[in-house]
Amino acid sequence: MALGLPENVFIANLDKLANWVRANSLWPMPFATACCGIELMAVGASRYDIARFGAEVMRFSPRQCDLMIVAGRIVMKMLPVLQRIWLQMPEPKWCISMGACASSGGVFDTYAVVQGIDRFIPVDLYIPGCPPRPEQLIQAVLDLQEKIRRTGTLTGREFQQRTQLQTPQLLTAPPSDLIVAPGDYRTATQRWPADDKSSSVSSSRWPLPQVN
Amino acid sequence: MPLELVETWDEFTDQKQYLYTLNFGPQHPATHTTLRLILTLEGEKVVRAVPDIGYLHSGFEKLGEDLNYNQYVTIVDRMNYISPVANEIAWHHVVEKLLGIEITPRCKYIRTILAELARISDHCLNIGTAALDLGAFTPFLYAFYQREQIYDLIQEASGQRFHPSYTRIGGLMYDIRDDWIRMVREFVQTFPKAHSDIHRLLTRNRIFVERTKGIGILPRELAINLGCTGPVARASGVVRDLRKDEPYLAYGELRDTFQVVCATSGDCYARYLVRMEEMLESLKIIHAAIENLPAGPVNIDVETKEVLPPKPDTWRTIEGLIQHFELIMTNRGLETPHEEIYGAIESPNGELGFYIVADGTDRPYRCRTRPPSFVHFAVFPYLAVGHQISDMVAILGSLNIIAAELDR
Amino acid sequence: MLQSMIAGEQLLETLRERTGCPAISFSTFRDNYRILVPREYIYVVLQCLKEGFGFNMLVDITAVDYLYYPDARHRFCVVYCLLNTQTGQRLIVKTFLDEPDLNLPSAFSLWKAADWLEREVYDMFGIIFEGHPDLRRILLPESFADFPLRKDYPLRGRGERHDFPAISRAES
Repeated sequence: MALGLPENVFIANLDKLANWVRANSLWPMPFATACCGIELMAVGASRYDIARFGAEVMRFSPRQCDLMIVAGRIVMKMLPVLQRIWLQMPEPKWCISMGACASSGGVFDTYAVVQGIDRFIPVDLYIPGCPPRPEQLIQAVLDLQEKIRRTGTLTGREFQQRTQLQTPQLLTAPPSDLIVAPGDYRTATQRWPADDKSSSVSSSRWPLPQVN
Repeated sequence: MPLELVETWDEFTDQKQYLYTLNFGPQHPATHTTLRLILTLEGEKVVRAVPDIGYLHSGFEKLGEDLNYNQYVTIVDRMNYISPVANEIAWHHVVEKLLGIEITPRCKYIRTILAELARISDHCLNIGTAALDLGAFTPFLYAFYQREQIYDLIQEASGQRFHPSYTRIGGLMYDIRDDWIRMVREFVQTFPKAHSDIHRLLTRNRIFVERTKGIGILPRELAINLGCTGPVARASGVVRDLRKDEPYLAYGELRDTFQVVCATSGDCYARYLVRMEEMLESLKIIHAAIENLPAGPVNIDVETKEVLPPKPDTWRTIEGLIQHFELIMTNRGLETPHEEIYGAIESPNGELGFYIVADGTDRPYRCRTRPPSFVHFAVFPYLAVGHQISDMVAILGSLNIIAAELDR
Repeated sequence: MLQSMIAGEQLLETLRERTGCPAISFSTFRDNYRILVPREYIYVVLQCLKEGFGFNMLVDITAVDYLYYPDARHRFCVVYCLLNTQTGQRLIVKTFLDEPDLNLPSAFSLWKAADWLEREVYDMFGIIFEGHPDLRRILLPESFADFPLRKDYPLRGRGERHDFPAISRAES
């Protein structure tokens, strides 16, 4: 007040101001591949109406968006597309991994499905559920707004330090057909000692595949 | 890759310089989920369309060989994700055919009601999004509100709104409550209003009609030759509906309550009209089924050792627990014949079939899905040629391609 | 049921007569009627079924890998599901294949529906359909090396699904 500002002029921290603006006008890029995509549509439709939280401007062009919602499983063939679209989005940008399949592969632990998109692109927020209820997605948007308000900086300084993926790292264990004890519970795979190949599990239904 | 194929395609060599290749998808609003088209254009006219699919191939069939007959229902759910219940019913219909189980009348009727609710919700979404792609936003909101009502019904019955996994071999997860009957009756009364709202918004809407009429004509002979089923085939004049032709569940008893909706022109508008009318026919089936819902048990007799005992029994009685374990333990489980079977039902999209090879254990040796979307998308190159690029969206919308069912 | 059996026997007789193949066998299970055809005759039989018996719709083509099936004598089986849209009659035609010769004539010239269905069988099992206009992989990427629905391919793959570069936050 000592400065003698006019009535409609405020002084604020520039970072905070930017965060306030960014958080309340998220433009989602719906990367909807499967079931979760339909729930994403439900969130946009009449009953749940995400417009109440300022995130209803779904744009299918990545150049116009700042929030990517990955809804549905991502498979081998789709992953390069996902990465390319992520790179096409301008900064600042955030990513929500919606549903179990996008976050961890979900029930689809098969040869084609990527076991969590966070192995390949950065993710800010995970939503559990298969598919998550619309309320969960709305809560996720609110949480993301909170995150933006707390951590964002105008020039994106907080991202510059993150040169490594701060997520589950790639598995180095060989692929296995079965998960059985004694296994490595941390990586959820069976251990393959070099000399113990012959005494493989006898209770398995099929002979185990040859693992090099 | 297909892009090179267009280059080496010599039919248009002398005018190749005028042709133009456009990539459409896999991430595009009108592809609904993940489809990709490589269009060869002459000006704005499509000369050739090459679909490229597999952007959602997740190994459903391989996964089915690893899960048992009851577990696989959760995976089947995720196949056609705009009407999951229909997939469950299809899967367990075929499994019960394999095992020779005749389910109880009450279960038949409940499954019939659920299948028809799924059909309505599928058609609602298809019409809503097809209109959305053509620029009409309001019908989408109206249609989606009706879907929410159906979600509520399914949630009330099964506990889950989207992927209920409600069916089990020989019955259902649990019986419905009386309250559900009231809710279904309410839905039967309120839906015609919403249907007529959509009808008034679209059927005589000049923009919608001009963008769909005469677009993507599928002649009857071609429809049969390409293996089309369901609304796509019926819009082309193929009078075939498995609900009438090979009655399953309660459709045999209810066959006088509904009619098979057909059209002859085979264009996008005809497919739209067929879907609109089918919703009303489905409503008639639901009405007849809910009023004639038989009493009695919903599951077959537990003594047959094929159905899981009710959950209270499993938790509270030793017999129930033993029966439960007899079925779910890996070295016990169901006994299946060493046989192969093909069975199909009329899913909202067309003939959804399963080809199961059983090897005596409680897991399928091979479970092939016959997906209607896969067959219907193969039709697309025939429909696209000669139309303008903006019509691609209308044709895609009218075929109702569901990527997860397409790629599995 | 009995009448259908008689109809099946009649169909079989006519089929043997017209195609000149004595080794066609017939079986039923529930409401499925199946004929087993030696692979050399598969195209002739399909053609005869389409043109002589009115099976004008090809509902499905699929394959089965019998590698671990109890008492199986052959490795692969290709299954054609046919439908007569006039009478509603269904017929399943099966033929066995063994490695190394995994070739079959394509049914594309009879039913256009065979186009994508055969491509899928090729993609998943590696069975080659001769005469198919465009036999490429359909669901998996072109660079994929294996045939995933074969029984000797593990459910979780051989690491293909994670063979991609990762993008960190600083790079994007």
